[in-house]
Amino acid sequence: MKQIDLVILGGGPAGLAAAIAAYEAGVRDLVILERDRELGGILNQCIHNGFGLHTFKEELTGPEYAARFAREALTLGIPYKLNTMVLDLSADRVVTAVNRTDGLFQLKAKAVVLAMGCRERPRGALNIPGTRPAGIYTAGTAQRLVNMEGFLPGRRVVILGSGDIGLIMARRMTLEGAKVLCVAELMPYSGGLKRNIVQCLDDFGIPLKLSHTVVDIQGKERVEGITIARVENGKPVPGTEEHFDCDTLLLSCGLLPENELSRSAGVALSPVTGGPLVDESLQTNLPGVFAAGNVLHVHDLVDYVSEEAAAAGRHAAAYILGQKAPAEGEALPVTAVHGVRYTVPTTVHPARLEGSLTLRLRVDGVYRNKVLAVYAGTDCLWRRKRPVLAPGEMETILIKGAALDKLPGCGGLTVTLEEA
Amino acid sequence: MKDVIIIGGGVSGCAAARELSRYQADILLIDKEEDVCCGTSKANSAIVHAGFDAPAGSRMAALNVAGSRKMPALAKELDFAYDQCGSLVVCLSEEDRPALEKLYHNGLANGVEGLRIVEQAELRALEPHIADEAVAALWAPTGGIVCPFGLTYAFAENAARNGVQFQFDTEVEKVEPMEGGWRLTTNRGPLEARCIVNAAGVHADELHNQVSDDTMTIVPRRGDYFLLDHAAGNHVRHTIFQLPGKYGKGVLVTPTVHGNLLIGPTATDIDDKEDTATTAAELEEVRSKAGLAVKDLPLRQTITSFAGLRAHELRHEFFIQEAAPGFVDCAGIESPGLSASPAIGEEVARLVQKILDLPDNPHFDPHRQGILDPKTLSFEERAALVRQYPAYGQIICRCETVTEGEIVDAIHRVPGARSLDGVKRRTRAGMGRCQAGFCSPRVLEILARELELPQEEITKCGGASRLIVGTNKDSL
Amino acid sequence: MEKRELTCIGCPLGCPLVVTMENGAVLSVTGNTCPRGDAYARKEVTAPSRIVTTTVPVRGGELAAVSVKTAGEIPKSRIFDCVRALKAVTVDAPVTIGQVILGDVAGTGVDVIATKGVAAR
Repeated sequence: MKQIDLVILGGGPAGLAAAIAAYEAGVRDLVILERDRELGGILNQCIHNGFGLHTFKEELTGPEYAARFAREALTLGIPYKLNTMVLDLSADRVVTAVNRTDGLFQLKAKAVVLAMGCRERPRGALNIPGTRPAGIYTAGTAQRLVNMEGFLPGRRVVILGSGDIGLIMARRMTLEGAKVLCVAELMPYSGGLKRNIVQCLDDFGIPLKLSHTVVDIQGKERVEGITIARVENGKPVPGTEEHFDCDTLLLSCGLLPENELSRSAGVALSPVTGGPLVDESLQTNLPGVFAAGNVLHVHDLVDYVSEEAAAAGRHAAAYILGQKAPAEGEALPVTAVHGVRYTVPTTVHPARLEGSLTLRLRVDGVYRNKVLAVYAGTDCLWRRKRPVLAPGEMETILIKGAALDKLPGCGGLTVTLEEA
Repeated sequence: MKDVIIIGGGVSGCAAARELSRYQADILLIDKEEDVCCGTSKANSAIVHAGFDAPAGSRMAALNVAGSRKMPALAKELDFAYDQCGSLVVCLSEEDRPALEKLYHNGLANGVEGLRIVEQAELRALEPHIADEAVAALWAPTGGIVCPFGLTYAFAENAARNGVQFQFDTEVEKVEPMEGGWRLTTNRGPLEARCIVNAAGVHADELHNQVSDDTMTIVPRRGDYFLLDHAAGNHVRHTIFQLPGKYGKGVLVTPTVHGNLLIGPTATDIDDKEDTATTAAELEEVRSKAGLAVKDLPLRQTITSFAGLRAHELRHEFFIQEAAPGFVDCAGIESPGLSASPAIGEEVARLVQKILDLPDNPHFDPHRQGILDPKTLSFEERAALVRQYPAYGQIICRCETVTEGEIVDAIHRVPGARSLDGVKRRTRAGMGRCQAGFCSPRVLEILARELELPQEEITKCGGASRLIVGTNKDSL
Repeated sequence: MEKRELTCIGCPLGCPLVVTMENGAVLSVTGNTCPRGDAYARKEVTAPSRIVTTTVPVRGGELAAVSVKTAGEIPKSRIFDCVRALKAVTVDAPVTIGQVILGDVAGTGVDVIATKGVAAR
């Protein structure tokens, strides 16, 4: 079996950033394994603009953002394999993968970065009753057909879910000649960015129906109609049904980190995010196995994916090169309370912090005029006023300097929302 | 004029075709859909009933037990997925115990082997997730699970291998007697045969009633199901039925041969023989009943829900009979039809043979090899396979790790896959947790390439079920 | 006097803005909580503009289509003119990222450029 320093599972934005960072930190014996036919991951089909404002201070499209990282990886000469599917990952970091040219192969890695991304919640997981005809797509599948293959999956469209992909696809389908009849959203608020509501729906007069869901699908062979209804307390309200004649239903109802490989390897997963539980170095419970990007928790902006994955790459490099302090010693739990849905990481080793601690989190509802705060035991380490917090937006907390001195012996960190 | 036309490519029609292919005859199987296995056979509980349930002395009971007995050897001969995992009928209350005893004795009368009533402690050991209320269960070690698609395709492919022809998208409009046989009027012109096998599922009564005054009535009985992810597949090890009783008639919870967990069905008699829409009320019924016999069901792991129709004849019996001279019914095949199918096929063939007195087919080959699943190979075997056929190194469906090699094989079989669902039922591509989100554009591409059709013409399941309706900007 | 209602896109707050106008001139902006909201509203009611992204088919490429964008913002009212102008366009592989696919799209003075490279097959 071939020995290798670092294997990166996935060549999307997370995998590329992790590989580049690990290379720059001195790892030379590495490979990116990508299952699709090109590097860049899902960004290749996200042809709209709005990427990279944080990283590059300019507004790029998805393919342009991906190309910057892919070009850098290529310039550095980082090896990668396309059309390569990882079939198995073991707890001792043996990666089994397959492709046409190398066949079935195994790599024994010193470290692994999980960067497999996420997938969309399918119809089945939503329990929408009705028939099961052609014309029901997740927004991402439709996006691939339209943006990568040039095919129109439908002409009269209803979209369920107002996450950003659903909103983006409302505009895309409209621009390519389809009629989008409405976007229905189960929650009383949209999970998408304001900018996308304005520029993808309002610009084209597409109605957004909050607190609505699909209660029936008609059509035996191809979708012929969709019935939506208003929702109260999670249940459709009888008498509020509204019918649309359409040939397509697009679903944009949430993303799920893709952790089947992680799970079978024995990586402990968070029931909240569906991603691995990690420490401050983004290392999972398995030594040498790191995670970053949407496989860890679903991000709102790709810039943060790149940032997080670069950190995972650096930590993996430190692990491989023996520069990492041993994991022994105190591990503090990080607890999310009072409106904070989760944090990444969920444990912190104070002895291993290198001058700063980054915490990423999401809240569980829309909050206005609150204070986001971090406590070490009862000591407040960090607090900031937030005029608005929404589940659709990821929050990042950076704690530096003297505040970190309060960590040893504090018993644990708590991240909370407080009254302003 | 054909010797035999089999109307209906469900599991019964395909089993009959396979058994009839033992004879030298000109046999045609027709179906109104674009493939075999498109009706009841594609949406059911996917189990092999041991045979304790059907009324002792009934045709149903005899064929069920006979079919179930044939299943292990047949699974080897025809290479389909089958697992004799055993079944448990769980009794949830002491006051229902007489019903459990009655079922046990019915099973004994039907000749079911190995039946035993297990008490609480043993039941818990057999099934750790059994409901706390469970007091005892009827254990049938010969009960099993089967891939209903795999079984149907195995019959169909073996029949084709032995000379049976298949014609799809062909719907029978009229059946009339003619000199020396029968004339069928179909949407694709007339067809004639010396002998007709009516295996038309929920529509079998409509054909039967055209040739016989002894009318039958088939009521489509719809059942909704939930299919759960592999992650939930080990929640139970046996097929778990709930004994009808104090808590009503329950739903079953069973592992599938592919490692999923299946829960259902409801039973609602409806009018429309094509109405396989799930309803909110029935899905809710499955949800509420599923937990009666099995606790801690991880329903959050649901990857899809679906509904199927059982061809319920009002008298609740299988009708395998010569309804008119040369017209053989294979009707009323509701549950346990899948379990009984090997015996049903033989019974139909016996009746047809009595009518036509056909010579043996000297080239009959009883064996069929299924689509090679690289997951079942050792590392070395799989590596060798990929070296020889690189398409087995290209994963198309990530969730079920289905390769391009398997999909291409499925398309070029006879009868072969022509649609996304045809590929799905044969290979499981698109059957996994993402429900074809990632792989459908790729499968579309492969189907178009292999069938030499534009991608726009590839359908989900035949007819008007096109996946692509045009190209970008074509209407601007 | 005319009032227009907008939602600010500057941040997640999404302030509901009311712009009062007369004869095409902005008299006032209310509802904003920061100067960005004021600037956005004034621009949006007088000269709204957007970057348009779409794809065009590629002949002889490793991929069937290439993603493109307007190199800068074009008037919002011209979005569909831009897309329609691209309906007739097919490019030959290889395509390089940044390559002009259609100059001065629909008379806007803005070029449409490739946002991805596509190698020849």
